[in-house]
Amino acid sequence: MSEILIKNGHVFDVVSGVKGDAKDIAIKDGKIVDKVSSKAKTIDASGKTVMAGALDIHAHVAGPKVNLGRWFRPEDKWYRGQMRGGIVKETSRMEQGFSIPSVFRTGYCYGRMGYTFVMEAAMPPLYARHVHEEIHDTPIIDEAALPVFGNNWFVMEYLKEKDIQKTAAYIAWLMRVTKGYGIKVVNPGGTEAWGWGLNCLGINDEVPYFDITPAEITTGLIEANEYLGLPHSVHIHPNSLGDPGNNPVTIDTMKLAAKYKPNNKFGREQVLHMTHLQFHSYGGSGWGDFCSASKEIMDYVNKHKEITFDTGNVTLDETTTMTADGPFEHHLCALNHLKWCNVDVELETGSGVVPFIYSPNVFPCAVQWATGLELALLAKDPMRTMITTDHPNAGPFTRYPRVFKWLMSKKTRDEQMAAFKNSGKVADATILNELDREITLYELSQMTRAAPAKALGLSSTRGGLATGMDADVAIYDIDPTKMPTDPETIEKVFLNASYLLKNGEIVISDGQIVFENPKKMTFWVNAKAPENKQVNRDIREKFLRYYTVTQANYEVPDSYAPHPFVIETEANV
Amino acid sequence: MKTVTITMKNVPDLYLEGDMITPDQFAGKTNEEIAALRTYEGRETYCLGDNFEISGDAVGATPAETKIIVKGDCTKVKYIGMNMTAGEVVVEGSCDMYTGGWMKGGKLHVKGNVDSFSGLGMEGGEFTVDGNAGNFIGASYRGDWRGMQGGVLRVKGNVGSDIGTFMNGGTLIVEGNADVHIGTHAEGGTIIIKGNANRRIGGQMVKGTIYVYGDITYMMPGFQYTKDVELEVDGDKAVFAEYIGDLGERHSKSKGQVVYGKIYRKK
Repeated sequence: MSEILIKNGHVFDVVSGVKGDAKDIAIKDGKIVDKVSSKAKTIDASGKTVMAGALDIHAHVAGPKVNLGRWFRPEDKWYRGQMRGGIVKETSRMEQGFSIPSVFRTGYCYGRMGYTFVMEAAMPPLYARHVHEEIHDTPIIDEAALPVFGNNWFVMEYLKEKDIQKTAAYIAWLMRVTKGYGIKVVNPGGTEAWGWGLNCLGINDEVPYFDITPAEITTGLIEANEYLGLPHSVHIHPNSLGDPGNNPVTIDTMKLAAKYKPNNKFGREQVLHMTHLQFHSYGGSGWGDFCSASKEIMDYVNKHKEITFDTGNVTLDETTTMTADGPFEHHLCALNHLKWCNVDVELETGSGVVPFIYSPNVFPCAVQWATGLELALLAKDPMRTMITTDHPNAGPFTRYPRVFKWLMSKKTRDEQMAAFKNSGKVADATILNELDREITLYELSQMTRAAPAKALGLSSTRGGLATGMDADVAIYDIDPTKMPTDPETIEKVFLNASYLLKNGEIVISDGQIVFENPKKMTFWVNAKAPENKQVNRDIREKFLRYYTVTQANYEVPDSYAPHPFVIETEANV
Repeated sequence: MKTVTITMKNVPDLYLEGDMITPDQFAGKTNEEIAALRTYEGRETYCLGDNFEISGDAVGATPAETKIIVKGDCTKVKYIGMNMTAGEVVVEGSCDMYTGGWMKGGKLHVKGNVDSFSGLGMEGGEFTVDGNAGNFIGASYRGDWRGMQGGVLRVKGNVGSDIGTFMNGGTLIVEGNADVHIGTHAEGGTIIIKGNANRRIGGQMVKGTIYVYGDITYMMPGFQYTKDVELEVDGDKAVFAEYIGDLGERHSKSKGQVVYGKIYRKK
């Protein structure tokens, strides 16, 4: 097969410990190798930055919730989006939509930014087929999906009995039949309480009927996760998202993880991934005295190695919020009076969708913007810090390069801060002005490559350029020895890589997509757990009594994920 | 002001997307450069010069100094004057949908008819149609909550249904008749119907004003008669019956007073 030599690029790679030295990267048969023959095709990367393909640990890019957003926001495809992007003949498919792009635009745009792996952050198990259909239709990027467990009837019933084995057996069954990757928890207990018109705003609020608390759900799922030895940890969206003064709830949630140790063979060191932490790091008692609590949150995170997090940066755009946190979306609609959509997924979860404008003229939006940046700038360990926008909740993923720019340039942060309508009030409510740190390219390669790969248990093949790893390589037109004086260049460069290689195949060359259908895979985890006859019986029973589909129709056939990459795990019995 | 004339020579088979026919796009360009502007027909890309003959003195340096006269059969051209901010466009005949969409300033005059979605989300300027117009005039784009925001849109003939949906500013004048659904979800702005209006006028309206000179087939049950008032509307002095509504909706308060949308029926 083909051989490629990337010559003389400034390589940033945590795994092989290279910090910007000029180095050659050799590729053969889709893997990084020590050397190639003289017949290898060469790519001249001198004066350019070379990094592994980036991984996005948390984005909503496929499935019923995303599609609901597409249905009820036709205006997002119109003047907010590129009206007819795809007719520009770079790619064969239309590229539509801004905050909720079509699957094709999703794949192309991630590819252009140098991303090769994206985690769909919330898969309702009942609609797993839809998620896999969209994943299959998304070009270029590898994907996986996290099924949601935090409001699942089985989980709540087993954990009420404190039965970890049954919980684990159920999780293993569900991950296998839905082709899921790990355990996602969204507003534990709260979405189920929403079925009664209630919510769980703290970790000890009881879930109606089930008589269990968010704390019990979270710890039970962490135990089950480590019992199963899954590659990823529990991935949690804690209670009380977006509420002023919610930082104690966030810290309480993180404290739940303190007594657990990771137990897996994938090199993962955390037991709890706190997602879109920005939405959970607020002080104040209402919108008037709303403020950032990033310092309190990061004081805790920095001291606790069992926690990883992603930022969830607000990008100050008009976007579409969508989450399995149904009650939150209702609350948001009552704030902005725009349209609202709600879905209940029987026995499992729910979701809501509301358009939202993060306006620079609105005080809380500006505080949210600063809070997200503060989290990344206060983080002492870039290997436990990941950059996301919780796409599309805090902003579309196509704004990642803009977030990189803000993190890498204090000047642009100061300019944005001064441009806010309430800049004085925003400055008082945040600490961003005091933070002089500018993220380096090496730290960026950690936050967008090595850290998510490690947190997802993929560090042996992804997120690095060491020999034997998958040949996913992004080359950006930025010279680390001559960093641009205009920070806008950073955004421009990271928005469109000069080259992208996916499994050793050239996808982008000279900034243009030249091969839009490279090999792409759906990652899922086949967790082995001791068979539990009671659980099998309970599953049968629930399908007979409650589900509107039969068990046979629920399971996702292999044809829905025709290019799987299956990770096998053994339970730590 | 300098004038450039474009004349349709090849009527497109499908529909031509003519959103580059604005003073903003033409300003400062030579006739050759104007002829090279990219147009779309279905999934294919063409140049403006493929369909239009460009003539006249060179256009002005700025949009405000530019006047465009569009001649020939433009019934298959959409989006003329879209997003224009200044200057003037005169269409001698009729044109298709989305004419003057999101227009921000300047003058747009269509001497024939326009089709649906014209003046969509209009923010400013003057837009006059001498003939009839279709549905969703001065409304919001499908799914959007930002209808007409400002400016004056005058249709001298009749209009179809759903005009002024989600309107929250500006003035929409219909000198003929209007069909169902007028000012639905409106949060501001003024709609004047000088002919008759069909039913469902002001449904879910929370703010804004609708004047109807002729008959209304059915009033919405959410509106309540308050009093007769003498008003001057678009130069016409008359006595109107005032109704407030839509009472079934959420209403904001201003200085302690509840704000309602209003319908005025000419007596």
